[in-house]
Amino acid sequence: MNVKAWFLVHKWTSLICTLFLLMLCLTGLPLIFHEEIDHLFGDEVQAPALPAQLPDASLDELVSAAHAHRPDEVIRFMFWDEHHPHLAFVSMASSMDAPGDENHSLVIDTRTAAILDEPEPDRGFMYVMFKLHVDLFAGLPGMLFLGLMGLLFVVAIVSGVVLYAPFMRKLDFGTVRRQRSPRLKWLDLHNLLGVVTLLWALVVGLTGSINTLSPIVVGLWQQDQLASMTAAYAEVPLPEQLSSLQRAVDSADAAVDNMHISFIAWPGTQFSSQHHYGIFYRGDQPLTSRLLQPVLVDAQSNQRLEPQPLPWYAQALLLSQPLHFGDYGGLPLKIIWATLDLATIVVLGSGIYLWLGRRSTTARRLAEVKSGGLSEEASV
Amino acid sequence: MSSARKGLWHIFRAPLLLALLSSIGLLAALIGDGIYDLLSWLALGCIPAVIAWYWAKANV
Repeated sequence: MNVKAWFLVHKWTSLICTLFLLMLCLTGLPLIFHEEIDHLFGDEVQAPALPAQLPDASLDELVSAAHAHRPDEVIRFMFWDEHHPHLAFVSMASSMDAPGDENHSLVIDTRTAAILDEPEPDRGFMYVMFKLHVDLFAGLPGMLFLGLMGLLFVVAIVSGVVLYAPFMRKLDFGTVRRQRSPRLKWLDLHNLLGVVTLLWALVVGLTGSINTLSPIVVGLWQQDQLASMTAAYAEVPLPEQLSSLQRAVDSADAAVDNMHISFIAWPGTQFSSQHHYGIFYRGDQPLTSRLLQPVLVDAQSNQRLEPQPLPWYAQALLLSQPLHFGDYGGLPLKIIWATLDLATIVVLGSGIYLWLGRRSTTARRLAEVKSGGLSEEASV
Repeated sequence: MSSARKGLWHIFRAPLLLALLSSIGLLAALIGDGIYDLLSWLALGCIPAVIAWYWAKANV
């Protein structure tokens, strides 16, 4: 392809995706710090101080406490996280097949099975940022649409790098000519910021697009690995009375080494079969803590199925999450993430400015690229 | 500004170095904690530092 073709690719992919990318950068900025923000405006409940050696209650007590608190509802998920010791989060709904976003959560003390909190679903600022960022309030179609915008962004980056070469033929790296004209200054800044944030923007763009495929990845896993593991259960009637959760988890625990429980999916949810507790573990190393190992345990007999590692596409999705969120290297990494996000906003904004700046023909714009910006300068 | 036409290597050596530093920064924090996190901050932190440097230089 010649410079003209690359220029047109850069122009059109950018024009289509830029406004959405600007929205993603702006909404993503507070989301980088969602843990800190939640903590700061803290309606977060803390586990009460109790004697250090107090053992955890049986999981069956937690289940009973949740059911006693909301007798007309079912538990769909229970989860734990490393930042909240002694707390279990229970997600309940009116029925197993209620919509996925129906989530009545309870926070339970893992030692006393006391209900500590019943947080209302967040409908505030962060929720709006999150929904805009993830699916534009438009469900799966919105999500996939943003994934497509992410891919266009990747193409815009690659074509931008190709155009960087003819533009820089006579310029030193880092040249910003601010004295001559605003257009030239923003053209130089667009090129400089674009090329230095190149790799980060590619990684965040690609992993963001991969994340939009998560509902599809879960569906694939259900039809593929989950279906083949539980094929023998096709004719078995659905369990009416679930057996002890604690015994199911004890059985699953015996199948894993050096792993912590992450969450449990009840039978009939999207993360398990109709007949099994899906008990998901994460590793105890920085890298493996991002990956999951499911263990399926029969919810009546407590018999465990031989665990299989998740398929590659699910692992790829799990690994692409931290690389998109920037939440895996403490607060300094988040701050760097935010500055790179701001730099990307400048690249996008200057791109729009350069396109709007002056009506022009492709030929003149090409001359601008090939001359390192000087051809437009001469005609000011 | 030098007026000689530059080769591809000359044009891309600085961006390539920064892309390499970015990769080290992105991966280091993923594979470990502690010293790996520090390496990640230093390597990826080069990018905002380079931006700040040339931005300041242009506005002197």
